[in-house]
Amino acid sequence: MRRGAPYSLRARHSVRAVVLIVTAATTVTACGGGGGGSDAGVVRSSWGDPPNPLEPANTNDVQGGKVLDMIFRGLKRYDPRTGEAKNALADRIESPDQRNYTITLKKGWRFANGERVTAASFVNAWNYGARIDHKQRNAYFFEYIEGYDKVHPASGGAPTAKALSGLRVRNDRTFTVRLTQKFSTWPKTLGYNAYVPLPRAFFEDHAAWLRKPIGNGPYRVRSYAKGSVMKLRAWDGYPGPDKARNKGVDLRVYTDSNTAYTDLQAGNLDLVDDVPAQQLKFVRSDLGNRYINQPAGIIQTLTFPMYDRTWSGPAKAKVRRGISMAINRAQITERIFQGTRTPATDWTSPVLRRQGGYQPGLCGDACRYDPVRARKLIKAGGGLPGGRMTITYNADTGSHKDWVDAVCNSVNTVLRNDRACVGKPVGTFADYRNKMAGKKMTGPFRAGWQMDYPLIQNFLQPLYYTGASSNDGHFSDTGFDRLVNRANAASADGRAIAGFRDAEKILAEQMPAIPLWYQNGSAGYSQRLSEVALNQFSVPVYSRIRVG
Amino acid sequence: MGRYTLRRLLQMIPVFIGSTFLIFFMVYALGDPVAALFGDKAPDPATAARIRKDLYLDEPLWRQYAHYMGQIFSGHFGTAFNGQPVTELMASAFPVTLRLTLVAVAFEMALGITLGVLSGLRRGRGLDTSVLLLTLVVVSVPTFVSGTVLQYLFGVTWGWARPSVSPEAPLNELLLPGVVLGLVSLAYTTRLTRTSIVENARADYVRTAVAKGLPRHRIVTRHLLRNSLIPVVTFIGTDIGALMGGAIVTERIFNIHGVGYQLYQGILRQNSPTVVGFVTILVIVFLLANLLVDLLYAVLDPRIRYA
Repeated sequence: MRRGAPYSLRARHSVRAVVLIVTAATTVTACGGGGGGSDAGVVRSSWGDPPNPLEPANTNDVQGGKVLDMIFRGLKRYDPRTGEAKNALADRIESPDQRNYTITLKKGWRFANGERVTAASFVNAWNYGARIDHKQRNAYFFEYIEGYDKVHPASGGAPTAKALSGLRVRNDRTFTVRLTQKFSTWPKTLGYNAYVPLPRAFFEDHAAWLRKPIGNGPYRVRSYAKGSVMKLRAWDGYPGPDKARNKGVDLRVYTDSNTAYTDLQAGNLDLVDDVPAQQLKFVRSDLGNRYINQPAGIIQTLTFPMYDRTWSGPAKAKVRRGISMAINRAQITERIFQGTRTPATDWTSPVLRRQGGYQPGLCGDACRYDPVRARKLIKAGGGLPGGRMTITYNADTGSHKDWVDAVCNSVNTVLRNDRACVGKPVGTFADYRNKMAGKKMTGPFRAGWQMDYPLIQNFLQPLYYTGASSNDGHFSDTGFDRLVNRANAASADGRAIAGFRDAEKILAEQMPAIPLWYQNGSAGYSQRLSEVALNQFSVPVYSRIRVG
Repeated sequence: MGRYTLRRLLQMIPVFIGSTFLIFFMVYALGDPVAALFGDKAPDPATAARIRKDLYLDEPLWRQYAHYMGQIFSGHFGTAFNGQPVTELMASAFPVTLRLTLVAVAFEMALGITLGVLSGLRRGRGLDTSVLLLTLVVVSVPTFVSGTVLQYLFGVTWGWARPSVSPEAPLNELLLPGVVLGLVSLAYTTRLTRTSIVENARADYVRTAVAKGLPRHRIVTRHLLRNSLIPVVTFIGTDIGALMGGAIVTERIFNIHGVGYQLYQGILRQNSPTVVGFVTILVIVFLLANLLVDLLYAVLDPRIRYA
């Protein structure tokens, strides 16, 4: 008994400690909760953790792009409603020959730290982005500027120049750009985030800038806790016409869009720009007209490995068209995506609108569900190679399995063969990309394209031009390339778009990629907000949102 | 005791090296992470090659591992792809998950042992049967189900708690997620305690204590409970490590930015420094918790000695 005493004392201590913890915890609960107050006028929005550091030329994801769009303004800006590229900082962009451009800036623009935005702010930023030593993921956006091969050698070796020779500062407000080829729609690409100007602070103390980015947009970063929350506040000194209509935006990182949605329902969040698939059935009854479902500049396709002999060749074009006809797009978009996708009938996106190059029905019969003709066409082309096909997709994100199975099911029903088409999952997205880059695809695979800027050129050239950066199917057609070159050289806007449409018609004949559906952006918001809208990139137009 | 502890600590070294290598190997086997950094767009080969070189991804596996271990021993855990040092991620994630785990363990100990003792002492009666049934239900419901249901009920329907936890993760917001996390373990603790109590209730020393005329609460707490706690302590000790690593589901449901969140992101983006770094710390936590459990045996049962 004597021996037991000290232990029991200790035990009593620990019991008291536990009781203390529990009481402390419960008392804190009592006074917790609520706690609005300081949030008045601030939009609380869901966010995803950007995978890369937030630098303009290094950010290629939607989440990071969202922030850049709030804290930066470039030469051009895409009208959030029409997608038209309008001058922002640019006063004039002139060219006598579609190749040499003179850019003049507007007066009175400043960065949030007071520094003036000059021609050098742009030229320095672009030189930084292009240089291979800085390993910027968007470096290829500068590839049309002369001297790119010197600062960014394709071999990956050391650069032989420090700056792009095609860029020249003329005076404080003017600089010139010389491109490597004629590119009539080039000025319209300048609304992309990679082309924004950078203040001197970016180059002088890079680490500090990354912790708290400084830009020239309607918002300033107040604080940034990586991976959890970024607080942005409206900048009173903003000289542009699109000042923020709210006091600020808190971007909160959510791992799971379901939690964000639950938080919206509980009143802890004002805006989600990704309604989870499981909630789509209930979202209209939950939110009523506070649910937005509108087209975004994203198209999904089934791309064929044109480097694989069994899938290329003139006869196989019939098979590819036949497969396209065997897919019941209307049924799949309705049943699986609850109407958040629209069956595709061309290779662009409705956000371009007709004047921008979108042409519904350009794909013709090939994109119309027709089981009888599909069966005939596939048979006429010699049938599926080896009698079977697989659709490769990555299984880790985006729940692609559901629709891949549905597409296969549709093909199988048409061919009256249960085993003609099967899905082929690849574990991770990285592995999937490696297989694509290594030309290891043995059948059609899923591909998605999110536009960089609302231009028909962006939906065609990077994807189907010989050797282009995202031509994953390695499609190559001299006729297509010639039409794209001609369109790029056209001096008038309408002629360029007509040229791209002609090139697109070649895709309709060859069918190197089957257009599946256009993806919509979906968002939901709380009763505190009004005038919420998405732009063509399916990103909320934050500066227009009103609170309360 | 000192020598025993030292020996145990030395044994941790091979376990530590072996486990880190295994994890490193597994993350490596997933493939090249650089391609995924470029999203749906094909990476520019020159830029991708530079990034690969920077991250030592162009070296053979064993050189990568040697480089990584060299870094670890100098206290440097590498850098995540978003430019943050992994040590910084750890400093923000581990305290949060530790708090969450403590809530879960406190809940599990307080309720689990009490329920176990009560039902053990009333074996076969109504209370015992209902506790057994209830724990069976709790064990069979997966965490993501109980988590989402409780989150919806408490967070949306009744509005008693926030459905998600704020970045600072104060203790009061962690109560509900902690309960969800500890729920399954609670059931096991209850059942273990009950069985152990039932077993020991017929032991000679209990009969002696009763014969001596000691008060009932003294028999139960001093004699019966203390001897019955050994399996329970073993379970709870190892459970601390399991809870910290297994918080992945709970943290996702309640949007807690702790270890589970960082691990999930690390795996999704194939960021080996993050994954290996975090798992390494988890392995250490696991090993230390096990050592602590073994040392606690002597406190509970003085007959157990360490040479």
